[in-house]
Amino acid sequence: MVQTAGDDSRTDDPFEIAAQGVPGANPLIGRPEPDSADTIDAPGTILPDGRPEAGISGRTVRWGDRVFKGLAAGSGAILLIVMAAIAIFLVWKAIPAFTGNSGNLFTTQTWNPQGSPPVFGMAAVFFGTVASAFIAMLVGVPVAIGIALFISHYATRRAATTLGAIVDLLAAVPSLVFGMWGLYFLIPQTKGFQAWLSEYFGWIPLFNNTTATSVDQFGKSLLIAGIVLAIMIIPIVSAVCREVFLQVPRETVDAAWALGATKWEMIRTAVLPFGRAGIISAAMLGLGRALGETIAVALVLNSGFRINWHLTEPGGDTFASTIALKFGEAGGSPVAIAALIAAGLFLFVITLVVNTAARIVIARRKEFT
Amino acid sequence: MSVATAPASPGSIRSELVGARLPSWAPYGSAVAAMGLAVLLRTLLDWTGWATTVLAAAALFVIVLTAWSFGIEGRRQAKNRFATTLIYASFLAAIVPLVLILTYIGVKGFSVFSADFFLRSMNGVTSRMDGGGVYHALIGTLQQVAIAAIIALPIGIFTAIYLVEYGRGTFARIVTFFVDVMTGVPSIVAGLFVYTFLLLGFGMRPFGAAGALALAILMVPVSVRASEEMLKLVPRDLRDASYALGVPKWRTVLKVVLPTAMSGLITSSLLAIARVAGETAPLILLTGYTASINFNPFSGDQATLPMMVWDQLGKRSGTTSNDLTEARAWGAALTLVLLVLILNVGARLLARLAKPKTS
Repeated sequence: MVQTAGDDSRTDDPFEIAAQGVPGANPLIGRPEPDSADTIDAPGTILPDGRPEAGISGRTVRWGDRVFKGLAAGSGAILLIVMAAIAIFLVWKAIPAFTGNSGNLFTTQTWNPQGSPPVFGMAAVFFGTVASAFIAMLVGVPVAIGIALFISHYATRRAATTLGAIVDLLAAVPSLVFGMWGLYFLIPQTKGFQAWLSEYFGWIPLFNNTTATSVDQFGKSLLIAGIVLAIMIIPIVSAVCREVFLQVPRETVDAAWALGATKWEMIRTAVLPFGRAGIISAAMLGLGRALGETIAVALVLNSGFRINWHLTEPGGDTFASTIALKFGEAGGSPVAIAALIAAGLFLFVITLVVNTAARIVIARRKEFT
Repeated sequence: MSVATAPASPGSIRSELVGARLPSWAPYGSAVAAMGLAVLLRTLLDWTGWATTVLAAAALFVIVLTAWSFGIEGRRQAKNRFATTLIYASFLAAIVPLVLILTYIGVKGFSVFSADFFLRSMNGVTSRMDGGGVYHALIGTLQQVAIAAIIALPIGIFTAIYLVEYGRGTFARIVTFFVDVMTGVPSIVAGLFVYTFLLLGFGMRPFGAAGALALAILMVPVSVRASEEMLKLVPRDLRDASYALGVPKWRTVLKVVLPTAMSGLITSSLLAIARVAGETAPLILLTGYTASINFNPFSGDQATLPMMVWDQLGKRSGTTSNDLTEARAWGAALTLVLLVLILNVGARLLARLAKPKTS
């Protein structure tokens, strides 16, 4: 029997053993780069004169390994290339938007890139994106945390599995469907609610509708867009929170019980502090999703292109909805297309920042646990 | 599990050490009282709709139960009941929209379903005409999603293999980070990228496979993440046993790791496909729309289900929609939802079947 090289016997590495069974742990961190596929490793088989013992070759170059590793690493490299290409192409093709714009890209509140001279700016779009995403977070995150707590600590185990699957199904529903439901069901059904908000809470400028004179004039508004977005981000936020809550150490929970805590006190003192970083990163992931959502928002919003703090009034735009809705009429105008690409670039940068922040929070949490 | 968490029930022997507790029927009692109060308010204040009444009942329920508990059990128990009620309520708040959305689209969409609806295209069907179907869009969606899967799944699975079997050091950490970041790339941005790269860069007309490319960009990170989890589930012992027999690493991966994780990988792939099948945003920029059947995804406008909905709602060309087009839009949307649900449920069933093998 030919003894083969021992590069594969290094799998008894303590790092990998230690990482097994730890959810979320990466068993591959902290190992030196082993590249011993073609080294000699045949102890006890070397003859006194330095040759390997007859019949046993200690030297093997494994071309299969090299090709396979190259394929695997190459796939990873493709990912990096695509990400870099997205950034490069968006910046490159957005250049006409920076040079050919007679308005200020950051402060102008109109969108007329086909005009001569072209005038457009991201101010109103940025406001709409942030406002709708903020409402989505305000409504969606507490509910998502509640669902996660319910599934992880209130429901029975059997019920929890089923309920978890149902919430995951909500995540699989295409965004188009949320948008259609928002447009044809939620908006007609919430006209009265919005009118009520405007009437009784109109002293808060956010809820005041200064233009509507009857209930029927309420409808498409940033508030409703935010609520539709909230329904859309709840599944992802609650899924991440649920995973974190399920990882709370049994001892911490038992300690809280042993001190006579009520269930809520147990959750407040044991579960929530442990899950804080997880909640933050889940919220950030949800925020990234809400910022980039296109179709649902495009369906439930009317374009207005002005910063309007009265959130129950019609009008409002987000980066993504602007790109989808204005693409058709941008047609042959290079500046108009560039303006939309610039909007995409802004959106890309914003989501990149939000997601990176979320990952940093997660990474720091991993160091502590 | 009932809302009451107190272990002591009234009627049992009272102990000096146990404080006063509400009876176990307290939540139900409060619910009935709240509903009664809400209906009373409705008649007194002449509310017209029922929605306000229901919301008022819910708010009253929270107030009644918390106040009752505060009066008898004290502040801590009252807080506990308040929090418990809110947590149950938040769960209901998530289930209600899901049920509403699915029943709404089911009722709206099912009304246009017929054999013809699945076997006809929209060719020659104007907005004022009855009839027409999703055949052309279904073909486009299936072809584009298939092309996207052919591009994305090998890249995704190989990247996962790299991260699990080989990945260590800086490069692997960078790849992991960018997989996470790529997960967050909005679909419209992926569409814009393919638009600038393929359509602007090479001066091409919109075609089906361009949409597939954008879908592939969205599919890769999902596939990597899910496949990684599946590969990590393969027991270390299996790999060690293979190495001990002198099998090279690449053959171990191919012959031991992949077959063991195969059903898991199929599940994760199906979920990744389901995730992108419903995407609309990139297709608006890339595939165009045609009412007739186009079997060739590499040339000419190709319809897809999301684009058909977009078109029938009048959003693509800025026209207005009417009852007939909206009915078709709901039908197409329901077809899309059914497609995605079938993929999802199939993936989950497969995962359940595969479970004994990996654990």
